[in-house]
Parts: sequence; C-alpha cells; structure tokens
Amino acid sequence: MRFQEEYRDPAAAHKLRRAIRAATTENWTIMEVCGGQTHSIVRYGIDELLPPEIELVHGPGCPVCVTPLELIDKALAIASRDEVIFCSFGDMLRVPGSRSDLFEVKAGGGDVRIVYSPLDCLKLAEHNPERQVVFFAVGFETTAPANAMAVWQAKLRGIDNFSVLVSHVLVPPALKAILSSSTNRIQGILGAGHVCSVMGLEEYFPLASMFRIPIVVTGFEPIDLLEGILRCVRMLERGASGVENQYARGVKPEGSLAAQRVIAEVFEITDRKWRGIGLIPDSGYRLSPAYQHFDAELRFPVSDLEVLESDGCMSGQILQGNLKPHECPAFGKQCTPDHPLGATMVSSEGACAAYFNYGRFLGASPSSSR
Amino acid sequence: MCLGIPGKLIATFEDRGMLMGKIDFGGVFKTVCLSLVPEVAVGQYVIVHVGFALHIIDELEAQQVFAFLEYMDDLDELQSDESNGCELGIVEMDRETPIADNQETST
Repeated sequence: MRFQEEYRDPAAAHKLRRAIRAATTENWTIMEVCGGQTHSIVRYGIDELLPPEIELVHGPGCPVCVTPLELIDKALAIASRDEVIFCSFGDMLRVPGSRSDLFEVKAGGGDVRIVYSPLDCLKLAEHNPERQVVFFAVGFETTAPANAMAVWQAKLRGIDNFSVLVSHVLVPPALKAILSSSTNRIQGILGAGHVCSVMGLEEYFPLASMFRIPIVVTGFEPIDLLEGILRCVRMLERGASGVENQYARGVKPEGSLAAQRVIAEVFEITDRKWRGIGLIPDSGYRLSPAYQHFDAELRFPVSDLEVLESDGCMSGQILQGNLKPHECPAFGKQCTPDHPLGATMVSSEGACAAYFNYGRFLGASPSSSR
Repeated sequence: MCLGIPGKLIATFEDRGMLMGKIDFGGVFKTVCLSLVPEVAVGQYVIVHVGFALHIIDELEAQQVFAFLEYMDDLDELQSDESNGCELGIVEMDRETPIADNQETST
C-alpha cells in the first residue's frame, strides 16, 4: 500500500539506524507523545535498534487511558439505561470502570455498539427515533474535528435523539505539565503527527522555547520514527531547541483550517482531569454553549457515583513516563488484556497493551531489559 | 488518537449535504467524509481517521525522506572510496525544513 510499505523498508531503517549511531555521543531521554507511536515502536522493535545511550519514554497520548474513572462510570450508568443505544470506539469496551466495563454492560443486556465513525451514530439515531443514541466522544485533537462535525450535523439536521459524552484532551497542556514536573527527565520530544495534521505546529514553538527542548513532529511508520529520532538526537547533540516537522507529508505548519473551524464552532477549552495524572487546566474540550443541548452529561445526569480506582494499577506513572509497563509488578500477571487493572492494558494506544501484545518481557524472548 | 491510514480517493459523491468519498485502502474500500478536505481531487491520497479524511498527503514532501536516504547512500560511497581514513561525518547533512518553519535557537 502506497505511503505505508515504503516507510517500512528494512534497508532504509538500517541506514537511519547507522546515522543515529553516528550522531549519538551522549545519553538522551526522548519521549514519543502518541500511543500510536508507542505501538509502532514496540511492534517494530525501534527502541531495540537504538544505541544504548538513547532511552525512549512513552507519553500520555492515549485518550482512552487518560479518560477519568468518573467518566467511565458515568458512561456505564448511561449505557445501562433502557432507552439508550450507547456507541463508542472498540477499545473502550474493555476499559475497567470502578466495578464493571461496557462489555459487561453489553453482556448484561445493555445496547452497547462499536462504531468506526461518529457519523455512524447519526444514522443510528435517524433509524431509531424512539431511542437515545449516546456517543462516547473520546480523543485528542485528531478526533475532535470528526466529533465536532457529528454534533454540528446533528444540530443542522435536527437529530435530537443524539448526544455526546465528551472526553477530549489536548496535547500541549499535557506536555507543559509533564515538562514542568520536578521529576521530569525528558530532554527531547517526538510530537504527535496526526494531532498536528489538525492543529498545525504553532502551539509547540512556545513550549520548545520555554523548556529549551527540541520537538520533532513525527509520523507513525518505522522510517518516520527513526528519522524523527535522528533529527531529535542531532538537535540535542548541538544544544538546539525548537520545532521540526519530520511528518511533512502529513502536516502543514498551519494545520487543517477546516478542522480548526469546526472545532472552534462546536467546542470550547475547559479544565480536564487526566486519569493517573490529575487536573490539568485548559487541557480539554467541552461543548460550547450553542451545542450544550447535545451534552450527554446534562441530558442524563448521573449522581451518587462512588469511584474506586484499582489498588495495583500503575498506569498513572506509566502515562507520565516514570515507569515502563514491565516494571509494574502486576504486568502480565494479575493484569493482562483479558483481565486488565487499568486502561493502558486494553487501549489500542496503551503502552501496557503494546508491551503485552508484542511479547515484551513476558519471558519468551531475549529483549533488552531497559 | 492517532490511528490515521493513507488511502486513495477514487470517487466523490454527496450525502445529506456532506461531501463524501470512496477511498481505496490497497484493495479495501470504505466510504469516508471529505468535509474537512473540500479541495481534494480524485486520485489524491488522504489520511483517514475515524471515517474522515483529515489531510491530503503531500507527495512531494513524501519523497523528501527518500531523497535524504539517497544522499546518505552517496556519502557512504564517498566514505568507502576514501583510503586515507578521513572522517566525512554523515552528521553534516540535515534534511531541515526552511527557516520559517523551523525556529531553532541554540542554548
């Protein structure tokens, strides 16, 4: 497939690996922001190709993983209602709430459906006028334009039996929080490619400047990641900071103006709680006043929630890059994708899921133990 | 968050006022909303995320990665031709974006 195969070419990867080796003279700690990048790195063994001086730290770019437990519990409560058809992306189904998950609600008779696109929900709402279709709108900036379009279309077409449970989070405030932490060891960043396809590069220059850090906006294929790492290492080695765009085929400096317009129309910025991290000011989206009619939290108020976070789950530390999945005592033992303690083990962008699904540190193969 | 797949636009049509497209993902076909890339033309490649085309792939930029790798090849050849042990240093070559996009400052 074009724009995929050529970015997985082993010969090209080898060249980039040699260039990284040649460029590296000191120890560097680099964080890839996006969970999709983490999965690619683990799947293709990118981290194992790097010289030992370079450590890759996995970032919080997994929107399912950072959705607060309270919101998961609210979703479960709403999904259990008789009149509701509850829709979400597939990997949300196994995310553990305080006592249950969407899959269990479905097994117990709840009408829970997996959708590929938020537009699928509008069709469902039109075909089921007597039911309430609720969509779990989870995502970073990448997914925001699609979710915004669905809500905008619902208002335009008067699809009133549709609402969204919003859990949208933003990358730049999360980076600021992580880099500001007293325990931060991250020296360079691989920015999230598709987030920047939507939002452009503009927000990252002040961050690079404030923290004197190189930020290389990077794609997701092995060649992209290796080239991103090479460019980041080169900047680190010469003491440079700033923003570079490795994923230029997918990112324009200004981003997508059409996407930004629909986001600005439907959403506004708000404080958000990040599971495992805590409250980060101005770090998420909520529906703007003109669209609050479609807010599922207002339409289906849920009270008396007793939130119960798992004792053994260390996903908070993993999402901040302080711990690697295999360093959690429960990894592969009490916690597996079949019986997860937290979201990072079940999300398609969770670091623990990546390590488990690609067989890392499960005793089968001699992987490097960094 | 970031699971975007490249696909080729092979047809467009309208559905309830929205611009839609038929996308070819290497033999698998899906209907995708093109409202976010209204200027897209049939034959172009787009990045698709949750049923929406987010971005038209810049084919010229896509080539840059490989041009850079070819340059590294050339340097390698030169290096292996050198018999006096002189270090060429691949680190000299950088595929950097133009200054306007790359506000680099040295610390």
